[in-house]
Amino acid sequence: MNGPEPAQPEIKHRSAWISFAGDGTLCCGGIWTLQHAADLERQILSLPKPPAGRISCDVGAIEAMDTGGAWLLQRTLNRFEQSGCSILLNGLSADFATLMQTVARGWSQAEQLEPLPHPGWLARLGQFAFTRGADLLKALSFIGETASAFYSLVTPAHRIRWRVLLYNLQVDGLNALPIIGLLSFLMGIVIAYQGSEQLKTFGANIFIVDLVGISLLREIAPLLTAILVAGRSGSAYAAQIGSMRVTEELDALRALGIPPLSLLVIPRAFALVLALPLLTVFADAVGVFGGMLIALSQLGITFNEFLSRFEYAIVLRHYLIGISKTPVFAAIIALVGCYQGFQVSGSVDSVGRHTTISVVQAIFLVIVTDAFFSILFSWWGV
Amino acid sequence: MSTKSEAPRDALIDVRHIHTRFGAAIVHDDVSLTIDKGEVFAIAGGNGSGKSVLMREMILLQQPSAGDIYIFGQNIKTMDEANVLALRRRCGVLFQHGALFSSLTVAENVAVPLREHTALSAALIHELALLKIASTGFPMASVTKYPNELSGGMRRRAALARALALDPELLFLDEPTSGLDPISAAAFDELTQQLRDWFRLTVVIITHDLDSLWRIADRVAVLGNGTVLGIGTMRELSLSNDPLIHEYFYGPRGRAAREQAWSRR
Repeated sequence: MNGPEPAQPEIKHRSAWISFAGDGTLCCGGIWTLQHAADLERQILSLPKPPAGRISCDVGAIEAMDTGGAWLLQRTLNRFEQSGCSILLNGLSADFATLMQTVARGWSQAEQLEPLPHPGWLARLGQFAFTRGADLLKALSFIGETASAFYSLVTPAHRIRWRVLLYNLQVDGLNALPIIGLLSFLMGIVIAYQGSEQLKTFGANIFIVDLVGISLLREIAPLLTAILVAGRSGSAYAAQIGSMRVTEELDALRALGIPPLSLLVIPRAFALVLALPLLTVFADAVGVFGGMLIALSQLGITFNEFLSRFEYAIVLRHYLIGISKTPVFAAIIALVGCYQGFQVSGSVDSVGRHTTISVVQAIFLVIVTDAFFSILFSWWGV
Repeated sequence: MSTKSEAPRDALIDVRHIHTRFGAAIVHDDVSLTIDKGEVFAIAGGNGSGKSVLMREMILLQQPSAGDIYIFGQNIKTMDEANVLALRRRCGVLFQHGALFSSLTVAENVAVPLREHTALSAALIHELALLKIASTGFPMASVTKYPNELSGGMRRRAALARALALDPELLFLDEPTSGLDPISAAAFDELTQQLRDWFRLTVVIITHDLDSLWRIADRVAVLGNGTVLGIGTMRELSLSNDPLIHEYFYGPRGRAAREQAWSRR
């Protein structure tokens, strides 16, 4: 090291140092840059309390300095001065002096920054209630706007956008067939397998048909399909519309005189309302087929036996009840997805957040609605 | 092709015979230039002349198809991982649209590089971040805002503060004044010069803002047709015979900027 000898022998090996010499002089030296700032910060923390009165600070041994180092020095000197010392700087080169001035000037601005007021629990509660209330109103107004857009479809001034509708039918309906088929097939297998273990012990093998048929057709296939579609299409709607919001495409549509609702929401909702019942029928068929395979392998019920029992045991209404719920599910999924897309607030971050919310909300509402339907149907006695 | 001699001592960046191709499109066809320590060096040229690609190659985000780039005397092609990281810490980059992290506040954005690359205490990091933000003239009352709540000019300043966080020696600015109103653009130019003096920076600016070129650039390289059409001070370039440079400076907008610059000097 070329600079003058550091004040104390044990800090000689450091590349930057600050310490009190025997005569009470504060000696600084070495490379005062960000690279060594962490080490310097530790040294400053372990400095003894400065003696009151005049301190001379020798900085002649500082070889290099950046704003990080300059601020560390300035900050230390400020603290000493606050604790009642007056400081005399020695050996500060012109270059470093400008840097220190820059830093001091910057800090005088930064210092004025008032810490954020921390709201009390009552204020937070109020804010929470207010935002939730506002959310509810926004959701209501969205439903209203969509309904009125739907209504305007029947007037000749507006038209159904077939291209978008068909595109969404393909993406959200046709392309979802493999995954929905596979999962409902597996679901049929699982139900039949579990059921067959129990039914075998009673010798009531043939009732596997009732078990698989009713549970799948009435509850499981519609619910499973709706949940899959919520995860697959509802999230996509939220992300697509949200990204369009971030890139100002929604504003562009409005400026071009194309109402975003009629281009983005109505065709998607329509497509899903058409696709979900069809997907559910498919899931019904594939699921029951899975059950048939297990019935054959575990209980020895042939396909013919299975199907003839099926015709007799499964009343048409189970199937119709299952299907009749799906357009409602579809509307919920599409509206929640699109609504959350419109709620994105311009940052990339909020696209992710609202996509997640859309899936969780859609699945939540679908299950709640399903429970509601169950109660309703049992009242009606169907 | 490239000579294997060492880079000249005072050249901070030495670009030698760069060729860049994207498929059939040739972006750079033998580009060479040197940037000296302490200068404000501007890279100008029309849209699609490969300015931004050249910058991306200098900051190691992209590889040229052929040729060498020396930064701080080291060939960036043959650098190992550790050296690349060390080099990145010595360079600050301001991206065209700021590229602030949208999930973090301005103060947190500026603190990111400090948190990542130093072992300082949280309080000190916060203070340093505030200092950097103050030095860019960003309104201090807005440091707790998120990037999407800021105007374009403020976002640019916040991004500049983040680029300066680690006290770089070399600062890259990608079209820093594009999309700013003339007053903000002029203020940003002034800020660039001020920061250069305060922090003893070398600044590389990608721009086609003729006013900025006249006001702050020590030297300018004009890219076009895949090569460097001309390199020198604005005054030298404005006397160039190259038809493309001539068009650049004597087109309607160029003339206005030049007259203004002449009358001011």
